[in-house]
Amino acid sequence: MTASPSDTIPLPPVDSPAPGTAAELEARSVSAWFGDHKVLDRVSLTMPAGRVTALIGPSGCGKSTFLRILNRMHELIPSAALAGEVLLGGQDIYAPERRLTDARKQIGMVFQKPNPFPAMSVYENVTAGLKLTGVRLGRDAKDELVEHCLTKAGLWNEVRDRLRQPGGALSGGQQQRLCIARSLAVSPRVLLMDEPCSALDPTSTRRVEETIKELAGEVTVVIVTHNMQQAARVSDRCAFFLAEQGTPGGIVEHGITSAMFTNPADPRTADYVNGRFG
Amino acid sequence: MDSSRALYADPGLPDRIFRGVARGGGGLVLAVMLLVGGFLLYRAWPAIDRARWSFLTTEAWEPDAGNFGIAAVMVGTILIALVAIVVAVPLALCGALYISEYARPGIRATLISVVDLMAAVPSVVYGLWGLFFFEGAILPTARWIATYLGWFPPLGVVGVDPTDPLSTETVYTSSTFIAGIVVGFMVAPIICSVMREVFSQAPAGEREGAYALGATRWGMIRTVVLPFGKGGMIGGTMLGLGRALGETIAVYLIISPVFVIQWHVIQSGTSSVSSLIALRYGEASPFGMSALMAAGLALFVVTLIVNFAASSIAARSRSGAASDA
Repeated sequence: MTASPSDTIPLPPVDSPAPGTAAELEARSVSAWFGDHKVLDRVSLTMPAGRVTALIGPSGCGKSTFLRILNRMHELIPSAALAGEVLLGGQDIYAPERRLTDARKQIGMVFQKPNPFPAMSVYENVTAGLKLTGVRLGRDAKDELVEHCLTKAGLWNEVRDRLRQPGGALSGGQQQRLCIARSLAVSPRVLLMDEPCSALDPTSTRRVEETIKELAGEVTVVIVTHNMQQAARVSDRCAFFLAEQGTPGGIVEHGITSAMFTNPADPRTADYVNGRFG
Repeated sequence: MDSSRALYADPGLPDRIFRGVARGGGGLVLAVMLLVGGFLLYRAWPAIDRARWSFLTTEAWEPDAGNFGIAAVMVGTILIALVAIVVAVPLALCGALYISEYARPGIRATLISVVDLMAAVPSVVYGLWGLFFFEGAILPTARWIATYLGWFPPLGVVGVDPTDPLSTETVYTSSTFIAGIVVGFMVAPIICSVMREVFSQAPAGEREGAYALGATRWGMIRTVVLPFGKGGMIGGTMLGLGRALGETIAVYLIISPVFVIQWHVIQSGTSSVSSLIALRYGEASPFGMSALMAAGLALFVVTLIVNFAASSIAARSRSGAASDA
């Protein structure tokens, strides 16, 4: 017997928008602890869809912790705890009915140290996320995706002839762009970057920054950086984190990047962006 | 004139002393190894000289009648070791993955010490446990295997119909299968220890990279931990195989020796080189002793080969190396 249209049960409507479209990310009173030590105190920040938001501030002010809370990497550390909400397109990623893996798939991350899978080829590195999230694609679709993601990450021209070589054999800057391509392959709606250029030389840094600018619009980018010039170059909005002696970190000031650099409201921001401390 | 200078750096007295001690220690290990091999060869020579190539092909062990060889005992040794590895490796792999990836810190610490303790239990204890408890407990399983998987010749039994409910179970006792399982339980903790050690060294950066793509824990293990730990898995397995090949007392207690090649692992009766030596050593004539030495030499060579293979495989894998150069 063949199934007639009346036999089939329609799938429930999908309420979340199609993957791959930039979404707004909003943190609401996020606090974080490592054991008894509180490192973030009620941080609220809205990262607008399709824009680049930079998190700046001196070392140890909690900006990396904040970034890791945005895609649930914080909880990988055994003693870590947190409070507050993180809303992706209006939905709390920490809600009990949300799947952890789903949140991380939609909110990708690029780390400080390039971490490609060294035993896999360049090609396999890019498609690793598909395999890990159970997405099956035909060969042609895969080839197309690999080219698309590597082009987006500004790496295609350099590796098009060595897609089968191990990802670990690339230079540091190429590895980092490979990691960006790998993150893009699962069509994230937000891309978090934790000091992505701190291990790279100036040329590679420039390539990555160009990539970031090109990505804006398609994904929401949140970037942690120690480099003020980099924040000024790549970001639309900026948030200045500070942890004063013995107190947990928090946001001192946030707003449009150009305004923050030229006309900061808080004297501490002025001191920091002008390089007087940090 | 442009010629390269001779470079000389005075190492200083403490450095020179330490180098001497380290070199001496390394040399001593090598010397002991060669002495053992040389001694075995020297004592085994009369027997090898008499038996020549038939030593490798004869199944019987009657040295004083001039009819002796290691065919049966070597095959028995290898089969027992193979059964042991088949039992031990999955057990050790799952144990190691659980300890390094899933267990909570409290449980992890306890399990690590329990596994290390198990590795330290003398083999005679495993042998006694196997003889007095395990053998009785495993017989129904052995019978089940012979009944339902007996169509595969090595798992069958000869001369008995396993489907006959009145047939005796003694045909399943003292077999390669039982000895192999007991040896497998014995080597599993060592294999587990080696595997756990490499798994726990899988780079945190790569783990996080996999998680950040939306991987489940098993997905992360498959992409990062297992490829990274491949060398350790192979090395640990070979280490266990080496131990299983040489295991004496646990095997000696369980098996009933026969001197024919016994392919039927489920069936009673098998033999191994080391248990042969333990069994015949007391009553051996001088020539019989030489024959036993020859058997020992053969085992020595096989274990050496296994260990060399293990270390060369382990050295070629990237265990211990992270992605950053």
